[in-house]
Amino acid sequence: MRVLSEDYVWEKVKLARHPKRPTSQTVIKTLFPDFLELHGDREYGDDPAFITGLATFADRPITVVAQEKGTSTTDDKIRHNFGMAHPEGYRKALRIMRQAEKFHRPIVCLVDTPGAYPGIGAEERGQALAIAMNLREMIRLRTPIVVVVLGEGGSGGALGIGVGDSVAMMENSIYSILSPEGFASILYKDASKAKEAAVLMKLTPEDLLDLNVIEAILPEAEGMHLNPVPGLNAIHHYLKTELERLNAMPVSQLIESRYAKFRKIGVFGQLPDH
Amino acid sequence: MAEFLDDRQAKLSSFRKNILKRPVSSDPTAIPEGIFVQCEGCQASIYQKTLDERDGVCPQCGYHMKISAEKRLSILLDKKSFSELDEGLISLNPLGMPDYEKKLEAARRTALMNDAFLGGTGSIDQMAVAIGVLDASFMMGSMGSVVGERVTRLVEHATAHSLPLILFSASGGARMQEGILSLMQMIKTSAALGRFHEQGGLYISVLTNPTTGGVAASFATLGDINIAEKSSLIGFAGPRVIKQTIQQDLPEGFQTETFQLHHGMVDLVLERKDIRPVLVRLLKWHRKEGSLR
Repeated sequence: MRVLSEDYVWEKVKLARHPKRPTSQTVIKTLFPDFLELHGDREYGDDPAFITGLATFADRPITVVAQEKGTSTTDDKIRHNFGMAHPEGYRKALRIMRQAEKFHRPIVCLVDTPGAYPGIGAEERGQALAIAMNLREMIRLRTPIVVVVLGEGGSGGALGIGVGDSVAMMENSIYSILSPEGFASILYKDASKAKEAAVLMKLTPEDLLDLNVIEAILPEAEGMHLNPVPGLNAIHHYLKTELERLNAMPVSQLIESRYAKFRKIGVFGQLPDH
Repeated sequence: MAEFLDDRQAKLSSFRKNILKRPVSSDPTAIPEGIFVQCEGCQASIYQKTLDERDGVCPQCGYHMKISAEKRLSILLDKKSFSELDEGLISLNPLGMPDYEKKLEAARRTALMNDAFLGGTGSIDQMAVAIGVLDASFMMGSMGSVVGERVTRLVEHATAHSLPLILFSASGGARMQEGILSLMQMIKTSAALGRFHEQGGLYISVLTNPTTGGVAASFATLGDINIAEKSSLIGFAGPRVIKQTIQQDLPEGFQTETFQLHHGMVDLVLERKDIRPVLVRLLKWHRKEGSLR
Protein backbone atom coordinates (compact mmCIF):
# COMPACT_ATOMS: atom_id res chain seq x y z
CA MET A 1 0.00 0.00 0.00
CA ARG A 2 1.12 3.54 -0.65
CA VAL A 3 2.04 5.66 2.34
CA LEU A 4 0.28 9.00 2.59
CA SER A 5 1.41 11.87 4.78
CA GLU A 6 -0.56 13.04 7.79
CA ASP A 7 -1.14 16.47 6.25
CA TYR A 8 -2.35 14.98 2.98
CA VAL A 9 -4.83 12.70 4.73
CA TRP A 10 -6.10 15.40 7.07
CA GLU A 11 -6.65 17.72 4.10
CA LYS A 12 -8.92 15.03 2.60
CA VAL A 13 -10.88 14.80 5.84
CA LYS A 14 -11.33 18.58 5.92
CA LEU A 15 -12.32 18.80 2.26
CA ALA A 16 -14.77 15.90 2.57
CA ARG A 17 -16.53 17.89 5.31
CA HIS A 18 -15.98 21.35 3.82
CA PRO A 19 -18.97 23.67 4.40
CA LYS A 20 -18.84 24.82 0.77
CA ARG A 21 -18.71 21.32 -0.65
CA PRO A 22 -21.74 20.60 -2.84
CA THR A 23 -24.11 18.04 -1.39
CA SER A 24 -26.43 15.53 -3.05
CA GLN A 25 -28.95 18.31 -3.78
CA THR A 26 -26.46 19.92 -6.17
CA VAL A 27 -25.67 16.65 -7.88
CA ILE A 28 -29.37 15.92 -8.33
CA LYS A 29 -30.16 19.41 -9.65
CA THR A 30 -27.31 19.33 -12.12
CA LEU A 31 -27.26 15.75 -13.35
CA PHE A 32 -30.92 14.82 -12.98
CA PRO A 33 -32.88 18.01 -13.87
CA ASP A 34 -36.26 16.24 -14.14
CA PHE A 35 -35.87 14.56 -10.73
CA LEU A 36 -39.14 13.74 -8.99
CA GLU A 37 -38.81 13.23 -5.26
CA LEU A 38 -40.72 10.33 -3.70
CA HIS A 39 -41.26 10.35 0.05
CA GLY A 40 -41.73 8.03 2.97
CA ASP A 41 -41.04 4.53 4.18
CA ARG A 42 -44.78 3.56 4.32
CA GLU A 43 -44.28 2.45 7.92
CA TYR A 44 -43.35 5.37 10.11
CA GLY A 45 -42.40 8.56 8.32
CA ASP A 46 -40.28 10.44 5.84
CA ASP A 47 -36.64 10.96 6.77
CA PRO A 48 -35.20 14.12 5.16
CA ALA A 49 -31.66 12.80 5.70
CA PHE A 50 -32.44 10.77 2.58
CA ILE A 51 -33.64 12.21 -0.71
CA THR A 52 -35.07 9.52 -2.96
CA GLY A 53 -36.87 9.57 -6.26
CA LEU A 54 -36.93 9.11 -10.02
CA ALA A 55 -35.16 10.83 -12.88
CA THR A 56 -34.05 10.47 -16.46
CA PHE A 57 -30.39 9.83 -17.01
CA ALA A 58 -28.82 9.07 -20.39
CA ASP A 59 -32.31 8.67 -21.88
CA ARG A 60 -33.37 6.07 -19.33
CA PRO A 61 -35.36 6.20 -16.11
CA ILE A 62 -33.28 5.67 -13.00
CA THR A 63 -33.88 5.56 -9.26
CA VAL A 64 -31.87 7.94 -7.08
CA VAL A 65 -31.15 7.26 -3.40
CA ALA A 66 -29.15 10.06 -1.84
CA GLN A 67 -27.99 11.02 1.62
CA GLU A 68 -28.33 14.75 2.16
CA LYS A 69 -26.39 16.71 4.78
CA GLY A 70 -28.05 20.02 3.98
CA THR A 71 -26.63 22.96 2.08
CA SER A 72 -24.77 25.90 3.57
CA THR A 73 -27.63 27.37 5.63
CA THR A 74 -28.10 26.14 9.18
CA ASP A 75 -31.84 25.66 8.69
CA ASP A 76 -31.29 23.33 5.78
CA LYS A 77 -28.67 21.36 7.70
CA ILE A 78 -31.04 20.93 10.63
CA ARG A 79 -33.88 19.96 8.31
CA HIS A 80 -31.72 17.16 6.89
CA ASN A 81 -30.30 16.30 10.33
CA PHE A 82 -26.76 16.83 8.97
CA GLY A 83 -27.17 13.71 6.85
CA MET A 84 -27.61 11.44 9.85
CA ALA A 85 -30.49 9.13 9.02
CA HIS A 86 -32.96 7.38 11.27
CA PRO A 87 -34.24 3.82 10.65
CA GLU A 88 -37.13 5.18 8.56
CA GLY A 89 -34.52 6.68 6.23
CA TYR A 90 -32.93 3.30 5.56
CA ARG A 91 -36.40 1.78 5.19
CA LYS A 92 -37.41 4.48 2.73
CA ALA A 93 -34.24 3.80 0.77
CA LEU A 94 -35.00 0.07 0.68
CA ARG A 95 -38.60 0.64 -0.35
CA ILE A 96 -37.52 2.83 -3.24
CA MET A 97 -34.80 0.38 -4.27
CA ARG A 98 -37.26 -2.53 -4.29
CA GLN A 99 -39.52 -0.42 -6.46
CA ALA A 100 -36.58 0.11 -8.81
CA GLU A 101 -36.05 -3.65 -8.98
CA LYS A 102 -39.72 -4.23 -9.81
CA PHE A 103 -39.57 -1.82 -12.73
CA HIS A 104 -36.07 -2.82 -13.87
CA ARG A 105 -34.60 0.60 -13.20
CA PRO A 106 -30.94 0.96 -12.32
CA ILE A 107 -30.18 2.58 -8.96
CA VAL A 108 -27.75 5.40 -8.24
CA CYS A 109 -26.77 5.84 -4.58
CA LEU A 110 -25.06 8.99 -3.35
CA VAL A 111 -23.32 8.55 0.00
CA ASP A 112 -22.68 11.54 2.26
CA THR A 113 -23.13 11.06 6.00
CA PRO A 114 -21.14 11.33 9.21
CA GLY A 115 -23.01 8.18 10.26
CA ALA A 116 -26.45 6.85 11.12
CA TYR A 117 -28.03 8.96 13.86
CA PRO A 118 -27.29 7.77 17.39
CA GLY A 119 -30.40 8.75 19.33
CA ILE A 120 -33.22 7.37 21.44
CA GLY A 121 -35.84 7.27 18.69
CA ALA A 122 -33.38 5.69 16.28
CA GLU A 123 -32.71 2.89 18.75
CA GLU A 124 -36.41 2.46 19.56
CA ARG A 125 -37.21 2.02 15.89
CA GLY A 126 -34.40 -0.43 15.20
CA GLN A 127 -31.46 1.39 13.61
CA ALA A 128 -29.36 -1.78 13.65
CA LEU A 129 -32.01 -3.91 11.97
CA ALA A 130 -32.79 -1.25 9.36
CA ILE A 131 -29.15 -1.15 8.23
CA ALA A 132 -28.72 -4.93 8.40
CA MET A 133 -31.81 -5.45 6.27
CA ASN A 134 -30.49 -3.08 3.60
CA LEU A 135 -27.21 -5.00 3.44
CA ARG A 136 -28.96 -8.33 3.05
CA GLU A 137 -31.43 -7.04 0.46
CA MET A 138 -29.17 -4.80 -1.64
CA ILE A 139 -26.86 -7.70 -2.41
CA ARG A 140 -29.82 -9.53 -3.98
CA LEU A 141 -31.57 -6.73 -5.89
CA ARG A 142 -31.95 -7.77 -9.50
CA THR A 143 -31.03 -4.44 -11.00
CA PRO A 144 -27.73 -2.53 -11.39
CA ILE A 145 -26.54 -0.41 -8.43
CA VAL A 146 -23.88 2.28 -8.74
CA VAL A 147 -22.62 3.97 -5.57
CA VAL A 148 -20.72 7.26 -5.38
CA VAL A 149 -19.26 8.49 -2.09
CA LEU A 150 -19.60 12.27 -2.39
CA GLY A 151 -18.11 13.48 0.88
CA GLU A 152 -18.23 11.52 4.10
CA GLY A 153 -18.78 7.77 4.07
CA GLY A 154 -19.42 7.36 7.77
CA SER A 155 -19.48 3.80 9.01
CA GLY A 156 -22.62 1.63 9.03
CA GLY A 157 -24.65 4.70 8.10
CA ALA A 158 -22.88 4.88 4.74
CA LEU A 159 -22.79 1.11 4.31
CA GLY A 160 -26.60 1.00 4.50
CA ILE A 161 -26.77 2.21 0.88
CA GLY A 162 -23.23 1.17 -0.06
CA VAL A 163 -23.72 -2.26 -1.59
CA GLY A 164 -23.09 -1.52 -5.26
CA ASP A 165 -21.95 -3.32 -8.39
CA SER A 166 -19.64 -0.35 -8.82
CA VAL A 167 -18.50 1.85 -5.96
CA ALA A 168 -16.57 5.07 -6.57
CA MET A 169 -15.27 7.79 -4.29
CA MET A 170 -14.77 11.43 -5.10
CA GLU A 171 -11.12 12.50 -4.98
CA ASN A 172 -11.75 14.48 -1.79
CA SER A 173 -13.97 12.11 0.09
CA ILE A 174 -13.43 9.65 2.94
CA TYR A 175 -14.94 6.29 3.86
CA SER A 176 -14.31 4.77 7.26
CA ILE A 177 -15.39 2.51 10.09
CA LEU A 178 -15.70 5.47 12.45
CA SER A 179 -14.91 9.20 12.46
CA PRO A 180 -11.19 9.96 12.99
CA GLU A 181 -12.23 11.74 16.22
CA GLY A 182 -14.05 8.66 17.46
CA PHE A 183 -11.17 6.44 16.46
CA ALA A 184 -8.67 8.67 18.28
CA SER A 185 -10.76 8.62 21.43
CA ILE A 186 -10.62 4.83 21.36
CA LEU A 187 -6.99 4.45 20.33
CA TYR A 188 -5.42 7.34 22.26
CA LYS A 189 -8.28 8.13 24.66
CA ASP A 190 -8.00 11.61 23.13
CA ALA A 191 -10.33 12.84 20.38
CA SER A 192 -8.00 15.75 19.55
CA LYS A 193 -5.49 13.29 18.06
CA ALA A 194 -7.84 12.73 15.12
CA LYS A 195 -5.19 13.81 12.63
CA GLU A 196 -2.83 11.05 13.72
CA ALA A 197 -5.67 8.53 13.80
CA ALA A 198 -6.84 9.46 10.30
CA VAL A 199 -3.58 8.24 8.71
CA LEU A 200 -3.72 4.90 10.50
CA MET A 201 -7.35 4.33 9.54
CA LYS A 202 -6.75 4.22 5.76
CA LEU A 203 -9.81 6.22 4.85
CA THR A 204 -8.76 8.04 1.67
CA PRO A 205 -9.94 6.99 -1.80
CA GLU A 206 -6.37 5.89 -2.62
CA ASP A 207 -6.31 3.59 0.42
CA LEU A 208 -9.68 2.07 -0.37
CA LEU A 209 -8.74 1.48 -3.98
CA ASP A 210 -5.60 -0.35 -2.80
CA LEU A 211 -7.71 -2.43 -0.41
CA ASN A 212 -10.11 -3.37 -3.26
CA VAL A 213 -13.05 -1.86 -1.40
CA ILE A 214 -13.85 0.61 -4.22
CA GLU A 215 -13.41 0.48 -7.99
CA ALA A 216 -12.73 4.08 -8.97
CA ILE A 217 -11.66 7.55 -7.84
CA LEU A 218 -13.46 10.46 -9.49
CA PRO A 219 -11.27 13.52 -10.10
CA GLU A 220 -12.33 16.97 -8.87
CA ALA A 221 -9.56 19.18 -10.31
CA GLU A 222 -9.23 22.13 -7.91
CA GLY A 223 -11.81 20.65 -5.52
CA MET A 224 -15.61 20.72 -5.53
CA HIS A 225 -15.70 23.32 -2.73
CA LEU A 226 -14.04 25.78 -5.13
CA ASN A 227 -15.52 24.67 -8.42
CA PRO A 228 -18.06 21.84 -8.53
CA VAL A 229 -18.11 21.52 -12.34
CA PRO A 230 -15.17 19.14 -12.97
CA GLY A 231 -16.34 16.83 -10.15
CA LEU A 232 -19.93 16.84 -11.44
CA ASN A 233 -18.65 16.03 -14.93
CA ALA A 234 -16.66 13.15 -13.51
CA ILE A 235 -19.74 11.79 -11.75
CA HIS A 236 -21.76 12.13 -14.95
CA HIS A 237 -19.16 10.29 -16.97
CA TYR A 238 -18.77 7.52 -14.38
CA LEU A 239 -22.51 6.92 -14.04
CA LYS A 240 -22.97 6.84 -17.80
CA THR A 241 -20.13 4.39 -18.39
CA GLU A 242 -21.00 2.11 -15.48
CA LEU A 243 -24.75 2.03 -16.11
CA GLU A 244 -24.13 1.21 -19.76
CA ARG A 245 -21.79 -1.64 -18.80
CA LEU A 246 -24.05 -3.00 -16.04
CA ASN A 247 -27.26 -2.69 -18.08
CA ALA A 248 -25.69 -4.90 -20.73
CA MET A 249 -25.00 -7.70 -18.23
CA PRO A 250 -27.49 -10.55 -17.75
CA VAL A 251 -29.10 -10.12 -14.30
CA SER A 252 -27.91 -13.48 -13.00
CA GLN A 253 -24.32 -12.56 -13.83
CA LEU A 254 -24.79 -9.14 -12.25
CA ILE A 255 -25.95 -10.68 -8.96
CA GLU A 256 -23.14 -13.27 -9.01
CA SER A 257 -20.40 -10.75 -9.54
CA ARG A 258 -21.82 -8.37 -6.91
CA TYR A 259 -21.80 -11.20 -4.37
CA ALA A 260 -18.32 -12.35 -5.38
CA LYS A 261 -16.93 -8.84 -5.09
CA PHE A 262 -17.93 -8.40 -1.44
CA ARG A 263 -17.39 -12.08 -0.59
CA LYS A 264 -13.65 -11.79 -1.11
CA ILE A 265 -13.05 -8.70 1.06
CA GLY A 266 -10.96 -9.47 4.13
CA VAL A 267 -7.34 -10.26 4.99
CA PHE A 268 -6.45 -13.21 7.22
CA GLY A 269 -3.92 -15.99 7.73
CA GLN A 270 -4.21 -19.72 8.01
CA LEU A 271 -2.36 -21.78 10.60
CA PRO A 272 -0.30 -24.48 8.84
CA ASP A 273 -1.60 -27.45 10.87
CA HIS A 274 -5.27 -26.88 10.12
CA MET B 1 2.97 -48.72 38.99
CA ALA B 2 4.17 -46.67 36.07
CA GLU B 3 0.67 -45.25 35.65
CA PHE B 4 0.54 -44.23 39.23
CA LEU B 5 3.87 -42.47 38.89
CA ASP B 6 2.78 -40.58 35.79
CA ASP B 7 -0.34 -39.54 37.57
CA ARG B 8 1.68 -38.41 40.55
CA GLN B 9 4.02 -36.46 38.30
CA ALA B 10 1.13 -34.71 36.63
CA LYS B 11 -0.39 -33.78 39.96
CA LEU B 12 2.89 -32.44 41.20
CA SER B 13 3.50 -30.33 38.15
CA SER B 14 -0.02 -28.97 38.28
CA PHE B 15 0.51 -28.17 41.94
CA ARG B 16 3.73 -26.34 41.13
CA LYS B 17 2.12 -24.42 38.33
CA ASN B 18 -1.05 -23.44 40.11
CA ILE B 19 -0.15 -23.13 43.73
CA LEU B 20 3.55 -22.49 44.04
CA LYS B 21 3.67 -19.94 41.26
CA ARG B 22 0.76 -17.97 42.56
CA PRO B 23 2.06 -14.50 43.40
CA VAL B 24 2.53 -14.06 47.12
CA SER B 25 0.44 -11.25 48.43
CA SER B 26 1.89 -8.99 51.08
CA ASP B 27 -1.58 -8.49 52.47
CA PRO B 28 -2.45 -11.59 54.49
CA THR B 29 -6.20 -10.98 54.14
CA ALA B 30 -6.15 -10.52 50.36
CA ILE B 31 -8.37 -12.94 48.45
CA PRO B 32 -6.47 -14.80 45.74
CA GLU B 33 -7.62 -13.76 42.30
CA GLY B 34 -9.98 -16.08 40.44
CA ILE B 35 -11.66 -17.68 43.44
CA PHE B 36 -14.33 -15.06 43.86
CA VAL B 37 -15.88 -12.91 41.15
CA GLN B 38 -18.02 -9.85 41.50
CA CYS B 39 -21.53 -9.98 40.02
CA GLU B 40 -22.02 -7.24 37.41
CA GLY B 41 -25.65 -6.99 38.46
CA CYS B 42 -25.67 -6.81 42.27
CA GLN B 43 -21.92 -6.51 42.98
CA ALA B 44 -22.05 -9.49 45.34
CA SER B 45 -18.91 -11.61 45.60
CA ILE B 46 -19.66 -15.04 44.24
CA TYR B 47 -17.57 -18.17 44.57
CA GLN B 48 -16.28 -18.87 41.05
CA LYS B 49 -17.12 -22.56 41.30
CA THR B 50 -20.74 -21.78 42.26
CA LEU B 51 -21.01 -19.43 39.29
CA ASP B 52 -19.61 -22.09 36.94
CA GLU B 53 -22.09 -24.65 38.19
CA ARG B 54 -24.91 -22.18 37.56
CA ASP B 55 -23.68 -21.46 34.02
CA GLY B 56 -22.70 -17.91 34.92
CA VAL B 57 -26.01 -16.86 36.48
CA CYS B 58 -25.71 -14.98 39.79
CA PRO B 59 -27.28 -16.97 42.67
CA GLN B 60 -28.10 -13.70 44.46
CA CYS B 61 -29.82 -11.59 41.80
CA GLY B 62 -30.16 -13.79 38.70
CA TYR B 63 -27.95 -11.54 36.57
CA HIS B 64 -26.50 -13.38 33.57
CA MET B 65 -22.73 -12.92 33.47
CA LYS B 66 -20.85 -13.30 30.18
CA ILE B 67 -19.71 -16.86 29.48
CA SER B 68 -17.10 -18.22 27.10
CA ALA B 69 -18.02 -19.57 23.67
CA GLU B 70 -16.84 -23.01 24.79
CA LYS B 71 -19.06 -22.93 27.87
CA ARG B 72 -21.99 -21.84 25.70
CA LEU B 73 -21.56 -24.80 23.37
CA SER B 74 -21.21 -27.19 26.29
CA ILE B 75 -24.58 -25.98 27.63
CA LEU B 76 -26.33 -26.37 24.28
CA LEU B 77 -24.89 -29.23 22.31
CA ASP B 78 -25.17 -32.99 22.68
CA LYS B 79 -22.02 -34.44 24.23
CA LYS B 80 -19.12 -34.89 21.81
CA SER B 81 -21.22 -33.76 18.86
CA PHE B 82 -19.26 -30.59 18.05
CA SER B 83 -16.90 -30.43 15.15
CA GLU B 84 -15.21 -27.07 14.64
CA LEU B 85 -14.92 -25.52 11.17
CA ASP B 86 -12.16 -23.20 9.98
CA GLU B 87 -10.38 -23.08 13.35
CA GLY B 88 -7.08 -22.35 11.65
CA LEU B 89 -7.98 -18.83 10.48
CA ILE B 90 -5.97 -16.16 12.26
CA SER B 91 -6.02 -12.37 12.20
CA LEU B 92 -3.22 -10.47 10.53
CA ASN B 93 -2.59 -6.75 10.74
CA PRO B 94 -3.53 -5.62 7.24
CA LEU B 95 -3.58 -1.89 8.02
CA GLY B 96 -0.41 -2.00 10.12
CA MET B 97 -2.24 -0.70 13.18
CA PRO B 98 0.11 -0.10 16.13
CA ASP B 99 -0.07 -2.71 18.91
CA TYR B 100 -2.73 -4.79 17.15
CA GLU B 101 -0.53 -7.91 17.15
CA LYS B 102 0.14 -7.45 20.85
CA LYS B 103 -3.56 -7.09 21.58
CA LEU B 104 -4.31 -10.21 19.56
CA GLU B 105 -1.64 -12.18 21.38
CA ALA B 106 -2.95 -11.04 24.77
CA ALA B 107 -6.51 -11.92 23.74
CA ARG B 108 -5.43 -15.38 22.55
CA ARG B 109 -3.88 -16.01 25.96
CA THR B 110 -6.84 -14.85 28.03
CA ALA B 111 -9.61 -16.29 25.86
CA LEU B 112 -7.66 -19.39 24.74
CA MET B 113 -9.07 -18.94 21.23
CA ASN B 114 -7.53 -17.99 17.88
CA ASP B 115 -10.08 -15.22 17.45
CA ALA B 116 -13.46 -14.11 18.79
CA PHE B 117 -15.59 -16.73 17.02
CA LEU B 118 -16.10 -20.44 17.63
CA GLY B 119 -18.22 -22.21 15.05
CA GLY B 120 -18.91 -25.54 13.43
CA THR B 121 -21.47 -28.30 13.34
CA GLY B 122 -23.06 -30.23 16.17
CA SER B 123 -26.36 -31.56 17.34
CA ILE B 124 -29.01 -30.42 19.78
CA ASP B 125 -31.27 -33.24 20.98
CA GLN B 126 -29.99 -35.30 18.04
CA MET B 127 -30.85 -32.61 15.49
CA ALA B 128 -27.92 -31.48 13.37
CA VAL B 129 -27.17 -27.75 13.33
CA ALA B 130 -24.56 -25.28 12.14
CA ILE B 131 -23.73 -23.20 15.19
CA GLY B 132 -21.42 -20.30 15.93
CA VAL B 133 -20.71 -18.30 19.06
CA LEU B 134 -18.95 -14.97 19.54
CA ASP B 135 -16.83 -14.68 22.67
CA ALA B 136 -16.80 -11.26 24.33
CA SER B 137 -13.59 -12.04 26.19
CA PHE B 138 -11.65 -11.87 22.91
CA MET B 139 -11.32 -8.15 22.08
CA MET B 140 -14.96 -7.54 23.00
CA GLY B 141 -16.10 -10.10 20.45
CA SER B 142 -15.34 -7.61 17.73
CA MET B 143 -15.68 -8.57 14.06
CA GLY B 144 -12.61 -8.28 11.87
CA SER B 145 -11.74 -10.27 8.75
CA VAL B 146 -11.46 -13.59 10.60
CA VAL B 147 -14.81 -13.34 12.39
CA GLY B 148 -16.47 -12.12 9.18
CA GLU B 149 -14.94 -14.93 7.14
CA ARG B 150 -15.78 -17.63 9.67
CA VAL B 151 -19.39 -16.48 10.06
CA THR B 152 -19.73 -16.31 6.26
CA ARG B 153 -18.22 -19.78 5.78
CA LEU B 154 -20.50 -21.20 8.45
CA VAL B 155 -23.55 -19.69 6.73
CA GLU B 156 -22.33 -21.10 3.41
CA HIS B 157 -21.81 -24.50 5.06
CA ALA B 158 -25.37 -24.40 6.42
CA THR B 159 -26.60 -23.42 2.95
CA ALA B 160 -24.70 -26.22 1.20
CA HIS B 161 -25.79 -28.90 3.69
CA SER B 162 -29.33 -27.58 4.37
CA LEU B 163 -28.65 -27.25 8.10
CA PRO B 164 -30.48 -24.95 10.49
CA LEU B 165 -28.20 -22.10 11.53
CA ILE B 166 -27.82 -20.74 15.07
CA LEU B 167 -25.59 -17.77 15.85
CA PHE B 168 -24.94 -16.41 19.35
CA SER B 169 -23.75 -12.81 19.31
CA ALA B 170 -21.72 -11.05 21.98
CA SER B 171 -19.87 -8.17 20.44
CA GLY B 172 -19.03 -4.50 20.67
CA GLY B 173 -19.23 -4.33 16.87
CA ALA B 174 -16.77 -4.12 13.99
CA ARG B 175 -13.09 -4.39 14.97
CA MET B 176 -11.50 -0.94 14.85
CA GLN B 177 -7.98 -2.23 14.18
CA GLU B 178 -8.96 -3.58 10.75
CA GLY B 179 -10.77 -0.38 9.78
CA ILE B 180 -12.78 -0.44 6.58
CA LEU B 181 -12.12 -4.18 6.12
CA SER B 182 -14.07 -4.85 9.32
CA LEU B 183 -16.91 -2.64 8.10
CA MET B 184 -17.10 -4.64 4.87
CA GLN B 185 -17.54 -7.88 6.85
CA MET B 186 -21.03 -6.56 7.65
CA ILE B 187 -21.93 -6.78 3.96
CA LYS B 188 -20.22 -10.14 3.54
CA THR B 189 -22.02 -11.87 6.41
CA SER B 190 -25.40 -10.32 5.55
CA ALA B 191 -24.94 -11.28 1.90
CA ALA B 192 -24.36 -14.92 2.81
CA LEU B 193 -27.44 -14.83 5.04
CA GLY B 194 -29.40 -13.44 2.09
CA ARG B 195 -28.59 -16.55 0.07
CA PHE B 196 -29.38 -18.84 3.01
CA HIS B 197 -32.70 -17.03 3.44
CA GLU B 198 -33.51 -17.37 -0.27
CA GLN B 199 -32.95 -21.13 -0.01
CA GLY B 200 -35.44 -21.36 2.85
CA GLY B 201 -32.92 -22.05 5.61
CA LEU B 202 -33.86 -21.53 9.26
CA TYR B 203 -31.69 -18.96 11.04
CA ILE B 204 -32.08 -18.45 14.78
CA SER B 205 -30.13 -15.50 16.13
CA VAL B 206 -29.50 -15.29 19.86
CA LEU B 207 -28.42 -11.85 21.03
CA THR B 208 -26.45 -11.91 24.27
CA ASN B 209 -24.62 -9.32 26.33
CA PRO B 210 -23.52 -7.13 24.58
CA THR B 211 -24.69 -7.03 20.96
CA THR B 212 -24.03 -3.61 19.46
CA GLY B 213 -22.53 -1.74 16.49
CA GLY B 214 -21.60 -3.55 13.31
CA VAL B 215 -22.61 -6.97 14.56
CA ALA B 216 -26.07 -5.73 15.59
CA ALA B 217 -26.30 -3.91 12.25
CA SER B 218 -25.56 -7.06 10.28
CA PHE B 219 -26.07 -10.76 11.03
CA ALA B 220 -27.25 -10.54 14.66
CA THR B 221 -30.61 -8.91 13.90
CA LEU B 222 -31.39 -10.86 10.71
CA GLY B 223 -32.75 -14.05 12.28
CA ASP B 224 -36.03 -15.63 11.23
CA ILE B 225 -36.33 -15.79 14.98
CA ASN B 226 -34.40 -13.35 17.17
CA ILE B 227 -33.94 -14.38 20.80
CA ALA B 228 -32.47 -12.03 23.39
CA GLU B 229 -30.85 -13.46 26.49
CA LYS B 230 -31.57 -11.90 29.88
CA SER B 231 -29.15 -9.20 31.13
CA SER B 232 -28.14 -8.05 27.64
CA LEU B 233 -27.28 -4.66 26.24
CA ILE B 234 -28.53 -4.61 22.64
CA GLY B 235 -28.46 -1.70 20.23
CA PHE B 236 -26.77 0.07 17.35
CA ALA B 237 -24.91 2.97 18.98
CA GLY B 238 -23.35 2.62 22.41
CA PRO B 239 -25.12 4.41 25.29
CA ARG B 240 -22.14 6.75 25.84
CA VAL B 241 -22.16 7.93 22.22
CA ILE B 242 -25.92 8.52 22.30
CA LYS B 243 -25.68 10.47 25.54
CA GLN B 244 -22.91 12.63 24.10
CA THR B 245 -24.91 13.31 20.93
CA ILE B 246 -28.27 14.17 22.44
CA GLN B 247 -26.88 15.79 25.61
CA GLN B 248 -29.47 14.28 27.90
CA ASP B 249 -29.81 11.31 30.21
CA LEU B 250 -30.99 8.04 28.80
CA PRO B 251 -34.27 6.55 30.03
CA GLU B 252 -34.23 3.71 32.55
CA GLY B 253 -33.84 0.32 30.91
CA PHE B 254 -32.68 1.80 27.59
CA GLN B 255 -31.23 -0.82 25.19
CA THR B 256 -31.89 -3.73 27.51
CA GLU B 257 -33.29 -7.01 26.19
CA THR B 258 -36.74 -5.98 27.51
CA PHE B 259 -36.47 -2.64 25.66
CA GLN B 260 -35.81 -4.56 22.45
CA LEU B 261 -38.76 -6.86 23.14
CA HIS B 262 -41.11 -3.89 23.75
CA HIS B 263 -39.98 -2.22 20.55
CA GLY B 264 -40.53 -5.31 18.48
CA MET B 265 -36.91 -6.10 17.59
CA VAL B 266 -36.75 -9.57 19.16
CA ASP B 267 -39.27 -12.39 19.28
CA LEU B 268 -38.64 -13.37 22.85
CA VAL B 269 -36.44 -12.85 25.88
CA LEU B 270 -35.14 -15.97 27.59
CA GLU B 271 -33.15 -16.92 30.64
CA ARG B 272 -29.98 -18.83 29.85
CA LYS B 273 -31.37 -22.14 31.11
CA ASP B 274 -34.42 -21.88 28.85
CA ILE B 275 -32.56 -21.31 25.60
CA ARG B 276 -31.77 -24.95 24.87
CA PRO B 277 -35.33 -26.26 25.39
CA VAL B 278 -36.72 -23.47 23.20
CA LEU B 279 -34.14 -24.21 20.48
CA VAL B 280 -35.20 -27.86 20.60
CA ARG B 281 -38.84 -26.91 20.06
CA LEU B 282 -37.99 -24.51 17.24
CA LEU B 283 -35.75 -27.03 15.51
CA LYS B 284 -38.48 -29.68 15.69
CA TRP B 285 -41.06 -27.33 14.17
CA HIS B 286 -38.73 -26.56 11.30
CA ARG B 287 -37.60 -30.11 10.56
CA LYS B 288 -37.75 -30.66 6.85
CA GLU B 289 -38.70 -34.33 6.67
CA GLY B 290 -42.34 -34.90 7.61
CA SER B 291 -43.49 -35.87 11.08
CA LEU B 292 -43.19 -33.67 14.13
CA ARG B 293 -42.76 -36.65 16.46
